[in-house]
Amino acid sequence: MSQAAVRPRAGLFWLLRPKIRTKLNRARTDEGRLFKGFLLGFVGLFFWALIFGVIFRMLLYFRGTQGIGDLLAAKLLGLAFLTFLMILVLSNVITALSTFFLSEDLEFVVAAPVEAETVYAARLIETIVDSSWMVALLAIPLLLAYGAVYAASPLYYLLALATVVPFLIIPAVLGSAGTLLLVNVFPARRTRDLLALIGLFAAAGVVTLFRFLRPERLMSPEEFSSLVDFVAVLRTPTSAWLPSEWAADALMSFLSGRFEWFPFVFLWSTALMTLVVGGWLHRRYFDAGFTRAQEGAERKEGRARSRILDRVFARSEPASRVMLGKEIRVFFRDTTQWSQLVLLGVLVAVYVYNITVLPLYTGEQVSFLLINAVSFLNLGLAGFVVAAIAARFVFPAMSIEGRMMWLMRSSPVDVRKLFWTKYKVGTVPLLLVAVPLIVGTNIVLEATPFILILTSITMVGITFALTSLALGFGALYPNYDTENVAEIPTSFGGLLFMMAAVSYLAGVVILEAWPVYLYLNGRFQGGEAVVSVVPLLMGVSGAAILTALATWLPLRAGIRRVQSLDF
Amino acid sequence: MRTDTMDEQTDGAGPDATTTETPPAGGAVTDTPPTGSAPAEDPVLAPPVVDEGDTTPMLQLEDVKKSYGGFHAVKGLSLSVKRGEIFGFLGPNGAGKTTTIRMVAGVLRPSSGRVVVGGDDLLASPEKAKSRVGYIPDRPYLYDKLSGGEFLRFVAGLWGREGDAVEQRADRLLELFHLTPWKDELIESYSHGMRQKILISSALIHQPELIVVDEPMVGLDPRSARLLKDLFRTFAGHGGTVFLSTHTLEVAEALCDRIAIINQGQIIAFGTMEELRAQSESGGADLEDIFLKVTGGEAMSDIVESLREAIER
Repeated sequence: MSQAAVRPRAGLFWLLRPKIRTKLNRARTDEGRLFKGFLLGFVGLFFWALIFGVIFRMLLYFRGTQGIGDLLAAKLLGLAFLTFLMILVLSNVITALSTFFLSEDLEFVVAAPVEAETVYAARLIETIVDSSWMVALLAIPLLLAYGAVYAASPLYYLLALATVVPFLIIPAVLGSAGTLLLVNVFPARRTRDLLALIGLFAAAGVVTLFRFLRPERLMSPEEFSSLVDFVAVLRTPTSAWLPSEWAADALMSFLSGRFEWFPFVFLWSTALMTLVVGGWLHRRYFDAGFTRAQEGAERKEGRARSRILDRVFARSEPASRVMLGKEIRVFFRDTTQWSQLVLLGVLVAVYVYNITVLPLYTGEQVSFLLINAVSFLNLGLAGFVVAAIAARFVFPAMSIEGRMMWLMRSSPVDVRKLFWTKYKVGTVPLLLVAVPLIVGTNIVLEATPFILILTSITMVGITFALTSLALGFGALYPNYDTENVAEIPTSFGGLLFMMAAVSYLAGVVILEAWPVYLYLNGRFQGGEAVVSVVPLLMGVSGAAILTALATWLPLRAGIRRVQSLDF
Repeated sequence: MRTDTMDEQTDGAGPDATTTETPPAGGAVTDTPPTGSAPAEDPVLAPPVVDEGDTTPMLQLEDVKKSYGGFHAVKGLSLSVKRGEIFGFLGPNGAGKTTTIRMVAGVLRPSSGRVVVGGDDLLASPEKAKSRVGYIPDRPYLYDKLSGGEFLRFVAGLWGREGDAVEQRADRLLELFHLTPWKDELIESYSHGMRQKILISSALIHQPELIVVDEPMVGLDPRSARLLKDLFRTFAGHGGTVFLSTHTLEVAEALCDRIAIINQGQIIAFGTMEELRAQSESGGADLEDIFLKVTGGEAMSDIVESLREAIER
């Protein structure tokens, strides 16, 4: 036997090492790490405390409900795990496509003399970490709240950890196996488009279903025709065949003092079994799938020159025209980008639905002041919806130019023009969402014409400012290297943008709501004569100035940043 | 003197504008050249006409420096490139070639010093200076979701060019590089070589005066590599200037009028082949010998020898 054949092969840790080192090196060389760490820690703790607080209050309320308290708590845990499971399967399918088939380092790994099972284990761990970290973080306050309400022993927390691990493994194995099979049928690049679509429609379906099921009804048993119906609903498992139910059963049985081994063992044995099957599938089909994934040079059907776009922008000068045309073409040809419109539609639909089911018109007539107060709350919330959309579509706008910045920078086009193009392309669609949204919800709320006009005009200003904030923060905190556009808004810069957007929205709502309340109250009580418009004018002017600043400053900062960057 | 067809288009020409070509002094008008070759009179390869009395250098670098934190990638480069010249920029890996090329293309800002293109300072009047330059980077990053034809029109638009002249230039460039059947396909389905060809076409689509190119031969098949060499010669023959960095020393030796060899951010040898031979006291040596000598690469032969001995053991 030659000497080369007896050399030890690279193990699991060796394969994971480059990823771990990359993350550590990135953190070590990041100059703003202290600030980022502090801010992320602060925001993280805030959300943990918030989730913990809400769940804790709900569980306390449940426990106070004689007889059905534990059933309600178990149902809630089952629903939470079910939601986690759906999110995990979807996100694993999409993540596995990158980690198993599209990563740039796969060339080295596949060429190296490493056992297929080791590659599988390393890539699976990477998939689990990349796809499940957010769910794992969300699970912590949830499970802590259960432990706190039930005054659980330390053993509960160990059990929770031991339950979450197989719960994360199962969807990761299923997701990557699904990807493996899909890649063997379609080329990987097409599979990504396909998965992006399937994933989004499924996610949209889950959100819609969950919202229209109105889970808050569990809090108000009076809506069920009889207590028997209500208890019957609670006793039905979400699905006895899903790992989410086993995880919830294992934990709830422990908390209520009658620990059932069966669901826990079932969860682990299923996880181990899926690992064995997953490993086998990997050995059997990975090579064929990886080969197919390399066959990217699939010819698309020919496309003639799009003259419609050219005609639409006929009046602008050539550089602006081609940039606008390019933005629109690239957006609608990239499934990972346009498919997010589905989520946008769901978000808006759920929001409008929530407004229509507000219990404002139940029972006796509420005062018009309350309606107007709700209208301002609506302005803030609708602004938040617009901010979320801007985070998805406008925030990544500069980042996606990263690899093409060589062309922009070497062309005689000023960076400002690129910015303005991106700004126009972002603002117009956002206005088309924001204005109908605010007008529609105001009509549903039966707001006065005065409020309707004021909030609509404010919303136009808000949209201009939010687009600028998203574009500016996107340029200040860019991610020029990512292949996945959907990843960009979840970055640190995305978080900062959302914080800035929320602060700005709060500022506008506060500046306008109080003087408007005084004005309306004056009119309501004393008629036109005693009404002072001064506070109203001051408030509206303040909001206008804030909006102008929120529009101008981020654009200026973003432009300066891009101008000063080396690409 | 040639008729400047692209400039006519820039000023709002419509369908009447045609690509008429008057050859430079001594040249002759030819018919449409055969596909895939770059004949000396192909109008698509000509820069805009300039005043023949204009002696302004096409490119001037004045004490250009570039630092990344504490690392000095380029340590004060000064050189001047004449119009109609093919200038080669050579150096070992990490010598500062790509950094220099990117500064000349306007992608990177120098830490200090001046880059002047056709008399216009790249920092003071970036738009004017950049409008003269066509840049071909070493890595062909392109918009995957645009077709080849759309990408060429997009680049032309960025340089303010549009209309039928652009269409004609695009068609001719695609034809030259055998990309016509692929012009309506999305770039994501192109091979590496096809991307490189689209990139080269995009640098020519707006009729530059200066082509700045980093490693031009990477990913090209022998026929396309030959085409590119012919293309550069034709472009320079029409008065265009080429500033190229390459590791392919034969290309530099065959193409370049003058060569600068850079090492550790500084020029260590400069001039025509004859002048380089004289500087390195290399007698009748070829560029490879000169390169190895001035960059200290002679030690390579020792390494190769040691390696051979190790293998034999």
